[in-house]
Amino acid sequence: MPDAILIELATIFARLSLMAVGGVNPLLPEMNRIFVQQLAWLSDAQFATLFAITQGAPGPNILVVAAIGWQIAGIPGALVSLGAICAPSAILAGWCSRLRQQLTQSRRAKIFQRGLIPITVGLIGASSLVLARGAAQEAQSQVWSSALTLVTIGITIRYNPHPLWLLASGALIGLLGLV
Amino acid sequence: MQTQPPTIRQLFWGFLEIGLTGFGGVLPIARRALVDRRRWLSSEDFAQELAVAQLLPGPNIVNLSVAIGLRFAGPAGAVVAFVAILAMPLVILLALLQLYASSGEHPAVSRALHGIAAVAAGLVGAMAWRLAASLRGAWEDAAIVLLAVVAIGILGWPLLPALLVGAALGIAFAARRAAGSKKA
Repeated sequence: MPDAILIELATIFARLSLMAVGGVNPLLPEMNRIFVQQLAWLSDAQFATLFAITQGAPGPNILVVAAIGWQIAGIPGALVSLGAICAPSAILAGWCSRLRQQLTQSRRAKIFQRGLIPITVGLIGASSLVLARGAAQEAQSQVWSSALTLVTIGITIRYNPHPLWLLASGALIGLLGLV
Repeated sequence: MQTQPPTIRQLFWGFLEIGLTGFGGVLPIARRALVDRRRWLSSEDFAQELAVAQLLPGPNIVNLSVAIGLRFAGPAGAVVAFVAILAMPLVILLALLQLYASSGEHPAVSRALHGIAAVAAGLVGAMAWRLAASLRGAWEDAAIVLLAVVAIGILGWPLLPALLVGAALGIAFAARRAAGSKKA
């Protein structure tokens, strides 16, 4: 029953859309919880792999949603999922655009935005944990996979190279059978 | 600086190009393309549109495209910008995924993907770290961060209650600090 699956994908992602405070990365643990833990439509490792493929492709991070939809229901799944995660927030953005003066100048907006940073940081940190867990799951060695994640964090904070260099190094390290 | 409002056709091609060139972060490229090269918006207007896009939920670049499309060409412009910003990256991603479907079982491919997945997890971790720098070490904020990491990342709790509580606490702390700094 592919239609039922498409409807379910649309419902899940439309519901997540307005929770996407700070973009899509803070939503990753919730997507993992729904698709891996609850529905068991994906494995932890598949989830991490789909995110990895998205990172290696051009375009906004939100495309990870299309990759998840694709894995579950092919190209229709990708289109439905991407449309569903974008539509509610895009409509809100369009609707709010005439209020931009009030929204950006007011003191309340600044407090609101500042107040959302801690939970956003926490959720992105949680995303990193969930992705690292998935990456380690089917790796040759869980320890080396986790070490590679930690080293990536360290190098990025210290030297901030272009992410493509790091992803390419990761591919090479993987090819050599080190993780 | 003289700005030049785009037609709906220019909106489409402009956002198509931005979507295609944005590798690991579309926003800096969007600024260069829209303000410096195409001159659709002044620097101030762009900053304001971006501020709204970041304030609202949803992917920032999609919010930004929709708002700019709407600004210059109404609802049709919004739809055109929305489709254009996502079209090319989506086609490329689907092609990569089809390639993965036909070769993902190959040991070399799956080994390379293990490495990429571990690195991608680290890139997200570094993003959290960098964003955390803007908190300037307030202990209340650190507590929210820590609780969210444990509840969502380790215990696997549902997002909505954590988001509501974390946002409410964060805003309350920010409001208290703002009130305090006004008095001082």
